[in-house]
Amino acid sequence: MTGVFSSSLGWVRNRTPVSTTPPEGFSPDPRRRNAAELIDRWGLWIAPVLIAGLAGLLALYHRSLDLESAVMQQRSALSWSGKLWPQTLQHLEIAAYSTLLVIVIAIPLGVLLTRPAFRRVAPTLMTVANSGQAFPAYGLLVGGLFLLGNGTATVVYCLALFALLPVLRNTMVGLDGVDRSVIEAGRGMGMTRRLVLTRIELPLAVPVILAGVRTAMVLNIGMATLAFLIGGGALGITISSGLKLNQDPVLIVGAVMVAIVALTFDWLGAMAERYLRPRGL
Amino acid sequence: MSPEPKIHLDRVGKTYPGTKIPAVEDLTLDVHEGEILVLVGPSGCGKSTTLRLINRMIEPSNGRILLDGEDVTKVNPDKLRRRIGYVIQQIGLFPHQTIAQNIATVPKMLGWEKERITEQVESLLTTVGLDPDQYRDRFPKELSGGQAQRVGVARALGADPDIMLMDEPFGAIDPITRDRLQNEFLRLQEELHKTIVFVTHDIDEAIKMGDRIAILGDRSTIRQIDTPERILAYPVDDFVDDFIGTGSTIKGLNFLKVSSLKQTDYPSISDADPCATGVAKLDEAGLEWLVLVDAQRRPLRWLHRDELAKSPASYDDLGEDVGDLLNSDDSLFHALELMVQSAAGQSVVVDKHGAFAGVVEMSHLNKAIRRAQYEARLHYEEMEANA
Repeated sequence: MTGVFSSSLGWVRNRTPVSTTPPEGFSPDPRRRNAAELIDRWGLWIAPVLIAGLAGLLALYHRSLDLESAVMQQRSALSWSGKLWPQTLQHLEIAAYSTLLVIVIAIPLGVLLTRPAFRRVAPTLMTVANSGQAFPAYGLLVGGLFLLGNGTATVVYCLALFALLPVLRNTMVGLDGVDRSVIEAGRGMGMTRRLVLTRIELPLAVPVILAGVRTAMVLNIGMATLAFLIGGGALGITISSGLKLNQDPVLIVGAVMVAIVALTFDWLGAMAERYLRPRGL
Repeated sequence: MSPEPKIHLDRVGKTYPGTKIPAVEDLTLDVHEGEILVLVGPSGCGKSTTLRLINRMIEPSNGRILLDGEDVTKVNPDKLRRRIGYVIQQIGLFPHQTIAQNIATVPKMLGWEKERITEQVESLLTTVGLDPDQYRDRFPKELSGGQAQRVGVARALGADPDIMLMDEPFGAIDPITRDRLQNEFLRLQEELHKTIVFVTHDIDEAIKMGDRIAILGDRSTIRQIDTPERILAYPVDDFVDDFIGTGSTIKGLNFLKVSSLKQTDYPSISDADPCATGVAKLDEAGLEWLVLVDAQRRPLRWLHRDELAKSPASYDDLGEDVGDLLNSDDSLFHALELMVQSAAGQSVVVDKHGAFAGVVEMSHLNKAIRRAQYEARLHYEEMEANA
């Protein structure tokens, strides 16, 4: 059969096949590639160095303050073991729980809304989620206070609601962005819908979903600063004390602490995006 | 009665919800074991839909699908698809899995043991011409288009299915690589004997790949289904004639062999014979050109009667090159190609010892084509009479 055609359809006969792949080790500009590689490899370590520097400066500043002769309130507010450390833990707790809650709600919801059966309600739900984020965070907390009472738990729920959108949207965008032909091939080989979702769609959407989670996490850490408004504690207390007592050192220490926590978690998010994305993408 | 078809579509149709006109209308089609059946037709005729009805990627609205006589219209579609290889134009390799993991997809779902899967992956990579050691752990983005398509075929062969469905598998590949992949695939098929349904819009690819071709019109209606030879020799209507396009008769020469021609004696002289013998032979036959052969009767050159008439002392500086020689296995297409290059307008045939056996000239091709057309017409008239 093949022999019959060697002439008829072989109008390219007698021509050497042209290789379409560039030769091994080919690169347009080695110097540029090296620079890009350097940034790629070490870029993630710039942030921790900056954060450590900031923390060091804060520690020096904290030590330089003459707490013995300071007013009682200032001494109390700047006590590491009495105030700052417990507040930091509380801050992290609020951010962690609310982010976890966001993940647990938004990712399954995003999966559901991209399934054929629910696709029709997706635009409506996205509108609701969008307007949810447009709602001022302060108002959300006050609303939570009325509905659920004061305390850390209320803060966690409110923040979860506030940060739902980025994760939900990214989950949907990530799943929709999976190449249709890959799904078609999977289904065509007899993979069930569930297998296609868990083995193909979700792994391929991981980078986009992680980006959403990182956004939500940073958002939550920032918003946790407002927790003190409804008795949720956290580092917002120190900042507010600094303002109320008109004590600049307290204000500065509180604000820098929040910045350090936020930067650290943004960096952890970047690390996760880098190392949790599937190989081969 | 021919043996039971591997795939039997019984009045299968698909009408999408909200439309009146069916995408596929009551299609009845048999695919025999070990053959490549090509579905070919203009875009939008429903050939891909038809293919996807077979593994129920699209659920048929009516009709039955039988594999090996078993009605699979209602069985679990996922289990059904694990028995059928599926290759698509975009390939759809899983980018986050290695080549080995991609190929292991179906065996894993079928619960094969680890060692058996590893062995199968190795053997399939070798089958499609990729070195397992080099490619096993690569990711799809590290492959060229042709390599990716080979992996696509290997993945479809994963659990050694009897049936393969291929939807324009070589459509997105450059012509050079496509030609090579087509040839490799045909060679592979000679070993594997899979039952293959192959969709393309390219009639040349259909002619090359198909044991049989189904030319489809609107709503996937079969306009003609037959071997490529017969379709080229006898297109049943204007639609088919238009679709196979100009040059179809010449393409048909691919399916006729030199051995099918009745060889008649053609005058030749040995380089030991005198010129006068040659002239006498040409006069007797009423011809212009004569073949000069050596002592073993191997063709050397064409000699023209005007040169011979001058009675030269030797044949050394005379005549025109005979060009490539034809064997009895060669196609008449090849004969035509040599003929148009030959000084004498004829191509030279040799027997298996390389000795001069005769010539092929235009009138032979003409007769062969007309005979093929006549036989094809007779075939269709007989079918009609029986029906």
